[in-house]
Amino acid sequence: MLLNMGPQHPSTHGVFRMVLWVDGEKIVDVVPHIGYLHRGSEKLSEGEQYHQVITLFDRLDYIANFNNEHVYVRAVEKLMGLDVPERAEYTRIILCELNRIASHMLFIATMGLDAGAMTPSMFCFRGRERIQALFEHVSGARMMHNYLRVGGLKEDVPEDFLPRIRELLPLIREDLRESDRLLSFNEIFLARLKDISPVTAEDAVDFGLTGPCLRASGVDYDVRRSAPYSIYDRFDFVVPIGLDGDCWDRYYLRVQECYESLAIVEQALEQWRERWPDNSAVPLTEINSAPGGSRRLLRPPAGEVYVRAENPRGEIGVYLVSDGSDRPYRLKVRPPSFCNLSAIRHMLINTWVADSVVILGSLDIVMGEVDR
Amino acid sequence: MPALNGIGGPSLLFISWVDFAWIALGLFLLFNALSIIVLSLTWLERKALGRLQRRLGPTRSGPMGLMQPIADAIKLIIKEDIVPTSSEKAIFWGAPIIVTLSAFMIWVTIPGANDAVIKNLELGLFYIIAFSVVGILGLVLAGWGSANKYGTLGGLRAAAQLLSYEIPIIMVAVSVAMLAQSLDLRVIVQQQSSYPFVLVQPLGLVVFFIAGLAEVGRTPFDIYFAESEIVGGPFVEYSGAHWSLFFLAEYINTFAIAALTVILFFGGWLGPGLSGWWSVIWFLFKVYLVILVIFWIRGTFPRLRIDQLMAFAWKVVVPLSFLTVVMTAIYQFYGWPAWSLTLMSLAGLIWVGYAIYRRMAGPASRVAQVKARQEALMASRRRGSAAAREGAVQGRRS
Repeated sequence: MLLNMGPQHPSTHGVFRMVLWVDGEKIVDVVPHIGYLHRGSEKLSEGEQYHQVITLFDRLDYIANFNNEHVYVRAVEKLMGLDVPERAEYTRIILCELNRIASHMLFIATMGLDAGAMTPSMFCFRGRERIQALFEHVSGARMMHNYLRVGGLKEDVPEDFLPRIRELLPLIREDLRESDRLLSFNEIFLARLKDISPVTAEDAVDFGLTGPCLRASGVDYDVRRSAPYSIYDRFDFVVPIGLDGDCWDRYYLRVQECYESLAIVEQALEQWRERWPDNSAVPLTEINSAPGGSRRLLRPPAGEVYVRAENPRGEIGVYLVSDGSDRPYRLKVRPPSFCNLSAIRHMLINTWVADSVVILGSLDIVMGEVDR
Repeated sequence: MPALNGIGGPSLLFISWVDFAWIALGLFLLFNALSIIVLSLTWLERKALGRLQRRLGPTRSGPMGLMQPIADAIKLIIKEDIVPTSSEKAIFWGAPIIVTLSAFMIWVTIPGANDAVIKNLELGLFYIIAFSVVGILGLVLAGWGSANKYGTLGGLRAAAQLLSYEIPIIMVAVSVAMLAQSLDLRVIVQQQSSYPFVLVQPLGLVVFFIAGLAEVGRTPFDIYFAESEIVGGPFVEYSGAHWSLFFLAEYINTFAIAALTVILFFGGWLGPGLSGWWSVIWFLFKVYLVILVIFWIRGTFPRLRIDQLMAFAWKVVVPLSFLTVVMTAIYQFYGWPAWSLTLMSLAGLIWVGYAIYRRMAGPASRVAQVKARQEALMASRRRGSAAAREGAVQGRRS
């Protein structure tokens, strides 16, 4: 039987479409279809000034906005040879890691919903909402922040930034622990996820999986650790890896990553307090090192760069070519979701229809990034 | 018609007009009472789930959101009823009616108190089990008639699931009927005046409750309409009033399973302090407690997969249900004095607990194993990263 799943299906995480050939409820073959959310971001950015492209990157992976902004501004900074001020770096890391937690929380919530458990989603969404309230306080927007700038930040963080995060962290930890204890080792949940579509380390590397999907197969590869960028070499954190590479490992690895991200944020707060003991305002040059601050038109020198970073979904890469004008000549994104999604056929064949939503959920795709 | 007139008096199908009027009135009252109960159940489910998830649940319409079910009902009734062009019209229209009718028919013979029953049947338990199977037909027809592949999958899943869980329900009902020496629900309850049957047949209660959850499709057995997989299964094409009929039937069935659990195992309406019609309060109190447990389970568990569900039915629940019959038969056959019966039921309890424990030990040990492996891995990586950092610091110093 030909079963058309999506693009209007509650569990295809956006507008992904799978055409399943099923024998009874066993999946015989899969044809994935993408492109329902194609907005031409890469082409669009050729017509935008360098600072305007940041808003487009917000809309790529709309669950992890800060991480996307970060990788783009780093590309332009590399092109211009800019050094970012310390305060901006710390702010970026704190926001990125919090965003990673928020993204993983959304993943845990949807994973629970895909498996049929509704309560963990409430706990996780509450935690995510807390993080987003902080983002709104900092940048003025819950999701499309447009806060990072080439050379630093748009403006300094609000005065109560540190106290707010400090009271936020225990709450997030509590939310995480609540859903973790309810869901992770639940017997029905394990029965649904454990040993479902295991991916070996070789297969994972061959398919170009990155991020949690790769690490769940036991490959120890995290850009933050393998090729440290920004100030990630100043923090002590563990890169969790999985054992079997099945759906449950892909799930639990993200839970563990949340705790590690919390550890990074805590260390960043410590180091922040050593550097800026009081909350007094800092000069503009300590926030943005670009010539003329964040407001001047940027004209990077002609050249090309490739910059990569660890997004919640995997390794994102930005290839940027400049011809010396105020707009990028060419911009290409290597989206982690798209590359992870390419393994879907391999993972789905010989599983059950009920498993297909769980497997797709464990890849944690965001269609905005797959289609760009 | 002379054949009917020969029975005597004005009659309609062997029933006198007075009885007919009474039964019609009773059915009218029952219909309204059940509808109100369903409304209260939807409100209660939202509130209970909300509290479990640290939310408030509905608060806006009426005090404590009490008007929310009414608002929902109005919304559902005035919503456009869409019939897909490619569907089998007659079946598409008829299926919800079959499901709802079978749900209501069960209630004709379920007593709320000793006299609060429309028509008490001596084979009441048999009648209930027979009619609860009819609903499956409606679900399969709904899935097939809506000409939707998700609907077909859901209908077939429903047939497989409900038929296999019908067996444990029947077997446990048989064991209770053996205890009470009757299939009459009133007699079954009256037999429990000294002790409720849960004390002598706890395994029966567990099996009956699990199979009942599967029978009405509550979490973790909400497989045939799993929203995240097959988008509502048989109900996928239904909207408006037709959909609300399914919804009504689902809640009435949930209520019926809870009521049967109470009647078979918790002594029905028997309770201290209330007698006659007032004992309905005890009955409703117990039923609502059971329903709260059902909601609690819904707030806690994920959903099983269809093959796991079937394996669970045929490998665990069905054998256990046969075991209840055998246990009860031994218990009845020797007819020992009361103190030895108590001892034997205690032995049965322990045996049952051991059987359930052995059954549960498989997944539980797996959980422990997975947990231990993960924790060991994390601990070793934590040590490794600390060593690497030491090394890096040393390297930087030298």
